[in-house]
Formats: sequence, structure tokens, C-alpha cells
Amino acid sequence: MSASPVRARVAKEVAEVIATRRVGAYQHLTLVSPQIAELARPGQFVALAVGDESSATLLRRSFSIHKVSPSGTYGGTVEIVVSAVGPGTRWIVGRQPHDPVDVVGPLGKAFPLPTEPVPCVLVGGGYGSAPLFWLSSQLRERGCHVEMVLGAASEDRLFGVVEARRSCDGVTVTTDDGSAGHRGWVSDVLPELIDRTGAGVVYGCGPMGMLRSITDIAGRHGAVAQVAVEEAMACGVGVCMTCVMPVVGTDGQTRMVRSCVEGPVFRGDRVRWDAFEGNHARVPDDAVGAPRAGGH
Amino acid sequence: MTDQRIARPTDDRIDLSVDLGFGKVLPNPLMTASGCAANGAELHRFFDVSELGAFVTKSVMADPRSGRGTPRMAETPSGMLNSIGLQGPGIAAFVDTDLPWLASVGARVLPSIAGSSSTEFAHVAATLRASRAFEAVVGVEVNISCPNVANRGLVFACDPGASAKVIALVREQLPRDVPIFAKLSPDVTDITSIAAACVKAGADGLTMINTLLGMVIDTDLMRPHLGGITGGLSGPAIRPVAVRAIWQVRQAMAEGRIPVVPIIGVGGVRTGRDALELVAAGASAVQVGTATFNDPTAPVRVLHELTDLLVEKGYRRFSDVVGAAHGSPLPPRPVPVDERSRA
Ligand SMILES: Cc1cc2nc3c(=O)[nH]c(=O)nc-3n(C[C@H](O)[C@H](O)[C@H](O)COP(=O)(O)OP(=O)(O)OC[C@H]3O[C@@H](n4cnc5c(N)ncnc54)[C@H](O)[C@@H]3O)c2cc1C
Ligand SMILES: Cc1cc2nc3c(=O)[nH]c(=O)nc-3n(C[C@H](O)[C@H](O)[C@H](O)COP(=O)(O)O)c2cc1C
Ligand code: FES
Repeated sequence: MSASPVRARVAKEVAEVIATRRVGAYQHLTLVSPQIAELARPGQFVALAVGDESSATLLRRSFSIHKVSPSGTYGGTVEIVVSAVGPGTRWIVGRQPHDPVDVVGPLGKAFPLPTEPVPCVLVGGGYGSAPLFWLSSQLRERGCHVEMVLGAASEDRLFGVVEARRSCDGVTVTTDDGSAGHRGWVSDVLPELIDRTGAGVVYGCGPMGMLRSITDIAGRHGAVAQVAVEEAMACGVGVCMTCVMPVVGTDGQTRMVRSCVEGPVFRGDRVRWDAFEGNHARVPDDAVGAPRAGGH
Repeated sequence: MTDQRIARPTDDRIDLSVDLGFGKVLPNPLMTASGCAANGAELHRFFDVSELGAFVTKSVMADPRSGRGTPRMAETPSGMLNSIGLQGPGIAAFVDTDLPWLASVGARVLPSIAGSSSTEFAHVAATLRASRAFEAVVGVEVNISCPNVANRGLVFACDPGASAKVIALVREQLPRDVPIFAKLSPDVTDITSIAAACVKAGADGLTMINTLLGMVIDTDLMRPHLGGITGGLSGPAIRPVAVRAIWQVRQAMAEGRIPVVPIIGVGGVRTGRDALELVAAGASAVQVGTATFNDPTAPVRVLHELTDLLVEKGYRRFSDVVGAAHGSPLPPRPVPVDERSRA
């Protein structure tokens, strides 16, 4: 934390919603947000205020950046895909064209791109696929062979199947209920896919349980996992310390690190999955500064 | 303090300067709140942290601390609960990295220190004093709203004796011209008695208020929502509590029950008008905490809003507004620090 002063540029701007449309179970919003569109890279996220300056809902809501168009007709745009799960996301999906929304971004670290053109597998769970199409284009520009796995509970919770076919060299779909693609989980198809493509990197974005199993499978099949996590965030900009999770640093030591500035993308094998119970992380006993018996 | 850190008030419409005592004059009354602004680099991406009267850092303890497990926060109406557990790098890393960085960008720093024993507080203060960037320090905030290990984890700030002991030990470690501010908890029966104990023990000022203890239950899991079970409530929801606490202590000063010292107000400030409320109750400076999570520019925005509001109301000097809601002016600062009785 103190050792890594945050230098990446970030903007706060009042963006205008210029398009909003339903995509299956999700709402796809396009925001005019030129500064953020200029700065963002795949894997980063934006934090949207809920309501106006007097809103009783103080905390911003975070969303992966689905796409940016730095020089659109309306000025640069930023797109997000929102699943309405509670009051904050319901308010956001209710925004109409021309409504203003206050946006901060781009936040967090982007997906690291390989220096060599290695084959890559991209795995998206539910709306977790949102940032992957943009990532896929950048990987393919570098000569990487890219295959994507999209998984969800049911067909309406898949996002971007058509776009995946356009932006990748191969697409596999799984649903828990079999309403589209293979019946089952992404983890059922991933091992074969890594082996067949000889993937060097597996990128993942989705629920924590999925990211954990992607990490396990990638490790067993000789690939590096890069996963974008989701942890409850109060500020999104690195000042509150609510979004932490136990991660092993380059020195081999585990620390509770802020997923909003040091993540959301982490190397999967650096995350201390053993400390998670559901979405909750305890502090591993061997973490730097962990509570001692009789201490805090 | 010989350099430009004693900045001149920048607004020519009104004198915003704040005298913290001992020649420590701030150009304006706005500050960050401890734990709501990290140690500066993150917010410096949104505004120049040296624009603020002072930058208050995250409470730092002797050793690195991991803090608690997650979830560490729960959103509540107009506020939030947090249970961070004083995560931090430890004082050695703080004086090596964070303080020099703040000094390098010209910030006036009010480091917040914490401890789980009074000797830990003293050790942290001593390390701070010995550090190379100490000249950036305009005062030290002593976060006594943290658990005292020797007293089954009861927070120091709930016990006048324990509070006084911490303040007296910290006061001894720091040079005379560096004012120390005791940060009080509102979770007490009579905040004026804790305030009095701290000032008697050598506190040169008071910061009010820290968070209120609260709890949220996850009704899906039928379990406490926070990893730490209870958490600190903050945000606009607690502003009336902050105004009340500042009012009561200022009143006690006016009645001569507590020596007159500057109060730094904190709790629920989101706008310039909110800040003015705390000032009118008796605060000589104002910190912005949770509102920063909603708007990362909030501390400077509140400064500009407060300035405009005061100018609009016809004030020429910020100091004229301090305690204005009490009506009659307070007696001037009477007792020199040396003559104050020590606990
Ligand atoms: C880096 C990141 C990227 C994300 N990307 C997307 C995305 O692309 N599309 C999408 O639909 N959602 C995404 N989410 C999740 C989204 O932020 C939450 O669903 C949303 O904050 C819930 O707010 P609410 O008021 O609707 O729900 P409530 O459950 O009422 O929220 C209550 C509180 O908990 C927090 N919270 C609840 N669930 C989450 C969660 N899963 N993650 C973080 N905070 C949470 C909220 O911020 C709020 O403070 C992302 C989260 C993170 C951290
Ligand atoms: C996430 C969070 C962390 C905090 N950490 C500290 C801390 O380390 N030391 C401290 O003295 N106060 C801490 N506080 C309390 C604030 O400094 C402030 O006193 C309180 O939140 C009330 O102000 P607000 O309503 O403007 O946030 C913290 C508050 C929050 C929300
Ligand atoms: S969300 Fe506040 S530090 Fe990460």
C-alpha cells in the first residue's frame, strides 16, 4: 500500500447516457465520457454515483468497462453492462438517454498482455464477459490465437455470444441448465480447451468461485491465470481499505491488498483462495501484520 | 516551520486562515479525515492535496497491520459502517515513504497515530518526531478511539483516565511547537468529561467525532454482515451527532469547564453548508471523510463551497464564524500551555 504510490491518470466526469438497451438479463449502457474513454485499457473499471449530489446512497457502484470508443460521433464513449441486483444497479439501469451520470475512471489495473503471441483462452461468467471482447481484439492485434468460453446459469444470463464469435477464433458456451451450449460449467470444458490450443494464458472474469477453479485448471494445464475479481468497494479509488483480499506479493509474503488499485486483475495463483469462504476473505495467519493471539 | 507550508490565505475575498496554536497557521480550515483519504497519493490524482489546510493521514500504529477480514463495509442510509481494523504499514514505513511523499508535494500534514497501549502511542510519536520529513508535520492527531488491550479492548476514548495517560505520554514525545489533537469518540455518556481530561493532560486541541458503533445484520444469512461483527458508522447520517458533540464541548469551554482550545470538526460533512454547521457549533477546522468516497474531490469542493458561502454571507474572516451559533463571543485563549495542569 504505502510502497506503491498510485500514479495512473484518472478522471471524474459527468457523462451523458446516449444509448441504453436490454441484452438478455442485462442492460447495456453507452456513456459519453471522453476523458475516461481516452485513458482506459481492458480490465479496468468505472465507478458510477447513484443519484444526484444529495443522494442518500453515498457509495459508488463499480462496473467493468465493456468497450471504449475514444473518437465516437458524440465524443469518446464508454460502455458498461449492468445486472440489476439491488437498489443501486436498479437506479443505473433506469437511466434514460440524455440523463447525466457521474463517473470516475478508469480505475484499477488492466489485464497484462503477453509480450509473445501466445494462444489465450478468455473465460467470462455471466456479465463477466463484458471486458473480454475488447481484450480479445487487443490480443489478436498482437498475433495471439484467442478462444473464449462464455458461461452462465441460463441463456439470458450469457453476455456477448454473437460478439464473441466476431472477436475470437473460437467460442464455447456453457449453461448450468443447458438452455444454450454445453450443459455444465466453464470448468468442464476449460481443460480440453487449454490443451487443444496450447494456451499460455487464461484470462477470467466472473464470480469468485469460477475464478478459483480457472486458476486451478490453468495451473494444472501449464497456463498462467489472470483473473479480474469483484470485492465490495466503498471508494473504488484506493482510500478506504474496504476492498482488500489476501494476495501473495513478489516477495512471497501475503498481504491484504486493495483490489481497486492493485487489482481488480490479479495473477490467479497469487490470490490466497484458501482464505475465502464464499465471497468473504479471512486474514491468513501468515499474512503480514495478521492478528496475533491476544492482539487485535 | 519556515517554508511555504505556512501558506498565505489564497482567497482575497476572505481571510480563511486558521491558527492551530504555536505559530502553526493553516491557509484554510479544510482537511481530509483520517482513514478516508489514505496517505495522499490516491487523491492527488484528483486534486492537489497541498490545496487543503492540512492532510490527515490514516491512523498509523507501531507495526504493519493486516486489518480484519472481509466484508469490511456495509452501506446504510446516508452513510456506511466500516470495520477495517486499522490496516496500515506501520510507523517505520510511514515515515520512510508516505510522509516524505506528502512533504514533497508541499502538503501540511496532520499524521494520525494510534496504539493498543499508551506506550505504543508514545513509540509511534517518538518515531515520527525522529523522522526526516517531520518538518511537514503541522500537528499530530491522536486517535484514542481504538481498543486498549490492557483494558479488555475498551476504547481509550471511553475512559478519561486512559485517554489522559495516552495524551500525556504523546505530548512528552513531541516538540512543544507541534500541537496535538485528541480525537474523541461520540460513544460516551458525557463527551465534555473526556474532552476535559484530554486537555488537562496536554492536548492542544480536539478532533470530534470519530465513528459511532453500529451493526448490520444480513437477513439472507441471518448473521452479522461485517467480518468484525460491529463497525463504525459514518457519513451524513451522523452529522447531527457531530454538531451536538462540538456544541457541547464548545459550550463547556465558554463556561470555563474546559480550557479553550481549537476544535477540529468531523462527521458527515458533504457540502460547504454542512461544514459551516460544524464551524458555527464551534469547530475551527473541518475534515471531510466518507463524502470523499462519493466524490473524490469532496475535500476541496467543500472548501470552495464554504468559501463562497461565507463571502455570500458577508464574512471577511473565517475565524469570526467559529462558534457563531453560540451567540456571545468566547473569551480569548486564556491559559498558556505551560501553566496548564498536567494529568
Ligand atoms: C471491479 C468490479 C467490477 C464489476 N463489474 C460489474 C459489471 O460489469 N456489471 C455488473 O452488473 N456488476 C459489476 N460489478 C458488481 C456491481 O458493482 C454490484 O453488483 C453493485 O455494486 C451492486 O449494487 P446494488 O446497489 O445494486 O446492490 P446491493 O447489494 O444493494 O449493494 C449493497 C452494497 O454492496 C456493494 N456490493 C454488492 N454487491 C457487490 C459486488 N458484487 N461487487 C462489489 N460491490 C458490491 C454495493 O456497492 C453496495 O455498497 C462489479 C464490481 C466490481 C468490484
Ligand atoms: C473507512 C473508514 C476508515 C476510517 N479510519 C479511521 C482511522 O484510521 N483513524 C481515525 O481516527 N478515524 C478513522 N475513521 C473515522 C473518520 O476519520 C471520521 O472521524 C468519521 O468517519 C466521521 O466523519 P465522516 O462522516 O465525514 O466520515 C474512518 C472512517 C471510515 C469511514
Ligand atoms: S474500494 Fe476503497 S480502497 Fe478499494
